[in-house]
Amino acid sequence: MALRGIDLDIRPGEFVTIVGPNGAGKTTLLRILATLSRPTHGHVSIAGHVLPKGADQARRQIGLLSHQPLLYGDLTAEENLRFFGQMYDVPAVEARLLELLDKVDLLERRRDRARTFSRGMQQRLAIARALLHDPAVVLLDEPFTGLDPHASDRLEEMLHLLRDGKRTVVMTIHDLERGWAMCDRALVLARGKIVYEARTAEVDAATFRHEFKRVTQ
Amino acid sequence: MTFFRKAWIIARKDLLTELRSREMLSTMGAFAALIILLFAFAFDLRTGSTGSTARANTVTPGALWAVIAFAGMLGLGRSLTSEIDRGSFDALLLTPVDRSAIFLGKAIGIIIFMFVIEAVILPLFVIFFNQPFVQPAIILIVVLGTIGYGGIGTLLSTMAANTRLREVLLPVLLLPIAIPALLAAVKCTSGALDGRDFSEWANWFGLLVAFDLVMLGAAFLVYDFVVED
Repeated sequence: MALRGIDLDIRPGEFVTIVGPNGAGKTTLLRILATLSRPTHGHVSIAGHVLPKGADQARRQIGLLSHQPLLYGDLTAEENLRFFGQMYDVPAVEARLLELLDKVDLLERRRDRARTFSRGMQQRLAIARALLHDPAVVLLDEPFTGLDPHASDRLEEMLHLLRDGKRTVVMTIHDLERGWAMCDRALVLARGKIVYEARTAEVDAATFRHEFKRVTQ
Repeated sequence: MTFFRKAWIIARKDLLTELRSREMLSTMGAFAALIILLFAFAFDLRTGSTGSTARANTVTPGALWAVIAFAGMLGLGRSLTSEIDRGSFDALLLTPVDRSAIFLGKAIGIIIFMFVIEAVILPLFVIFFNQPFVQPAIILIVVLGTIGYGGIGTLLSTMAANTRLREVLLPVLLLPIAIPALLAAVKCTSGALDGRDFSEWANWFGLLVAFDLVMLGAAFLVYDFVVED
């Protein structure tokens, strides 16, 4: 069992970072929140929709950015967004995809196939895909994995756009410093349980780092 | 209406990506051509020797469906695994689209790929085995057989693609389940090839149609459970 007795309540507009060692259950937790996996026990509610019954309504409220771009390499940037826009029934999808491609600085490359993009560009296109339907909840699963420092900084700038007070963001990450700097609340997951949590307004980074080492030993 | 529109958008996406990469069609096509060539030399049915026509009528329907089944299996294995490996299948599952529409879209895509390959296979059978494979009755049998095989294959390849033993698991799962359809398709093809009256092979034809209906219906109903962890 990857997760045990997780009791987690995330407020609308909150940015929560989940850190933990490999195998702690971070990805499993995110897959459950994304409706991709079903928990064996307990219940999950996303934006007021109880899973699995309300999974379809919940999916309309969820955007997922993973360490894999989750794109079709043989489709162009705009074809990828158009396809997902049609799947989400995004109104005025053409205008929306152009707006997002502009935001992620890929407007000029919109007719190029996604497989020709660098890793950083693919990740930016993946942000556009995740935000296409204007989700209330954004899940970020190790979004910086495999990016060079420049691409990571660029991605972080773009993820800051998510902090508009309306969107709830849950991010799993290995980089403690970056994860702490971006969030309102950080959780430490180890052996399938939340073993420590702290708010950035109440605890400093050094204390969090120290506690992380202690609880994951 | 939205259901079918979404299924078609998924199928169209699969066709477009395949048209550009040609990963699946080239593999299926090359495999089919090689097997036909192999059968042509192994059976030696075009020589005009005594009894070769009768032998051809007995052997070629089975050979045709062996080629369709194995070439189709290559396509089925490829269509889902590449999407699952890249994670784009997860992105598709994240959308609020009915899982049955996803199944239908994927199945339409693979069935169209199989039709494309069959459009090459049938004339090759005419050339190599000198048998009238390009005729309305056989085309109808091939269409029905492909729909059933591609439909259940889409479901089983989704199941297999999520396992470690996927390359081995797909044939192990698919062939036993597809036996009724393949057997019925071989018998129908043989009947049509011999020019026998439809009443003589109507039962096999009925089995083929029933297989399509039952398997597609079952796949529709259970796809939701198959794609969820």
